[in-house]
Amino acid sequence: MSKSIKILGTGCPKCQTMTGVVKTVVQENNIDATIEKVEDIMEIMKFNVMSTPALVIDDVVTIKGRVPSKTEVLELLN
Amino acid sequence: MFQWLQNFADWLIYSAFNIGAETHLGTALNFFVFDTIKILILLFLVVFIMGIVNTYFPIEKLKNYLNKKKLYGLEYFLSSIFGAITPFCSCSSVPLFIGFVQGGIPLGVTFSFLITSPLVNEVAIAMFLGMFGLKATLIYVGSGVLLGTLGGWVLGKFKLEPLLSDWVKKILDNKLNQAAYKEENRTFTQRLPEIVNGAWDIVKNVLVYVIIGIAIGAAMHGYVPENFFNQYLGGGEWWTVPLAVIIAVPMYANAAGIVPVIQVFVAKGVPLGTAIAFMMATVGLSIPEATLLKKVMSLKLIAIFFAVVTLCIIISGYVFNLIL
Repeated sequence: MSKSIKILGTGCPKCQTMTGVVKTVVQENNIDATIEKVEDIMEIMKFNVMSTPALVIDDVVTIKGRVPSKTEVLELLN
Repeated sequence: MFQWLQNFADWLIYSAFNIGAETHLGTALNFFVFDTIKILILLFLVVFIMGIVNTYFPIEKLKNYLNKKKLYGLEYFLSSIFGAITPFCSCSSVPLFIGFVQGGIPLGVTFSFLITSPLVNEVAIAMFLGMFGLKATLIYVGSGVLLGTLGGWVLGKFKLEPLLSDWVKKILDNKLNQAAYKEENRTFTQRLPEIVNGAWDIVKNVLVYVIIGIAIGAAMHGYVPENFFNQYLGGGEWWTVPLAVIIAVPMYANAAGIVPVIQVFVAKGVPLGTAIAFMMATVGLSIPEATLLKKVMSLKLIAIFFAVVTLCIIISGYVFNLIL
């Protein structure tokens, strides 16, 4: 089943780094997933996170406030 | 502590490049090499230490602490301290703000956090350590925390809730139950690589500002006449502090670029208090920050917020000039 990945962030450099990491992991491992960037603050607040960037996989907040490593993202996606 | 670095700078400029120690260019280059490397080392160390503190005290934990305990007025002070140890990124100020009010933390206490967070940050601390030494750094950090405490308390007295934007008020009306904070149970060794990477990233990001700031500082050292600022800003006239602060509020410079320039101001006769007030106004309040806050506050509330903080900074500038 295709996974839904959301990256929450208002566009700061860290959020862009996180998007980059996630995209690379998905491509390198041929993971079936949709990546969506959520930049609207009202949407972000619905996830009840206080520090961006945050990584949401299938509507569960898995990482917030920091940029994860590639291995970490891969583990979360498997 | 940095004698070895001075030796290196002396060797590099005076021997390797063979530019004489008595020439103007030689001393300026020596100063530039020494200061840049020293600042970068301090910056990395400070950001690294803050990173360790931060991974064990993430913002969610601090918020829950503020929320659960009865603190009898101490909450303003604690909120201000938390603001100081949390790394500041202007783009996270809005989620932080919502997260705090959503969690039921009073607006005034939230403001304490919001004031101190940009004011006392790891880059400013490292730059102050490098350019002014430990004593000035402690004064800066201490007064930043006090300013946040006081500013938040004053703003809390104003009953400002009606001035929040409509969607924030809606959030306030149906407060969420506190999500239980889940402690990350990763070991220190698991956290370490990301702390080091984070510290390295910040150093890389501010590198260019450090270099530009120190270069401007080095140039000014040589070319601005000794008593230039004394004539205009250093005489201690009563209006110099408010003037410095009001010029600085709309300015948006990061701490890395502004501190080396301020150091020259001080060396050329501007009182340290006036300089610190200028620095606080530059990093603490800015137009980009106001634009972001516009999403959660009415213009009137932003104006009140800025006015109170500006006033606090001006007062602290006077106090510094009296006691330093």
